[in-house]
Amino acid sequence: MKRDLLNILACPVCKGDLDVEVFEEDDEIISGKLICKRCHAEYPIEDGIPNMLPPNLREEL
Amino acid sequence: MQRLPTVYPPSDDSQLLLEATLKEIRRDDRVLEVGVGSGYVSENIKDKCSFLIATDINPYAVKMAKERGIDVILTDIAEGIKGRFSLILFNPPYLELKECEKGRDWLRIAIDGGEKGVEISLKFLRKVKDLLDENGRIIIISSSLNFDILKEEIHNLGYEFNIIQSKKLFFEEIYALKLVIDK
Repeated sequence: MKRDLLNILACPVCKGDLDVEVFEEDDEIISGKLICKRCHAEYPIEDGIPNMLPPNLREEL
Repeated sequence: MQRLPTVYPPSDDSQLLLEATLKEIRRDDRVLEVGVGSGYVSENIKDKCSFLIATDINPYAVKMAKERGIDVILTDIAEGIKGRFSLILFNPPYLELKECEKGRDWLRIAIDGGEKGVEISLKFLRKVKDLLDENGRIIIISSSLNFDILKEEIHNLGYEFNIIQSKKLFFEEIYALKLVIDK
């Protein structure tokens, strides 16, 4: 994902802003995780795609 | 590109959404496509607007759309997205499946509209109201099979609509509805 996408993402649980921790990056973030600054929920970034599914739904699917 | 069997392939309704969107889209639009599927619609409009982001709940679909150069987010409808968009698109699952037809596989999820076939459409319309610009537009596909139910709920949710394009199929007619917030 492009870094500027962070501007349009928020924690789906508490609407808090997100921090990003990058594991791998070239012209965009390939893997890493997004961490809610407020409730500390984590959302993985894999293959350049952020997974913003609310944690309860993530397990169900 | 190899077509994965787990992603809804571009169909009549995808084509209708694309045609309606091409008429409506403006160069300065900030676009959100919900339920991007294989990426067919987004791929054909991404160079005709200022910003485009797409979502899908199916991990195979977002992967396929990403390979087509679309910025995608794996999520349910628009969970985890903030900000405002001037054009929001959705080709929803709109079939009312019988209990014996329901299933948890991705192709089934891509067509199962839930209760009366309009449950997912209504969930979408409730969710994206906060993401729509004051003068923003929504284009959503609906079927004659349950259009009357959807129509009434659209008004209850505070939108007004008109049909901007339609297509007759064997057992139904499908519509591209353009919605704006009722002022």
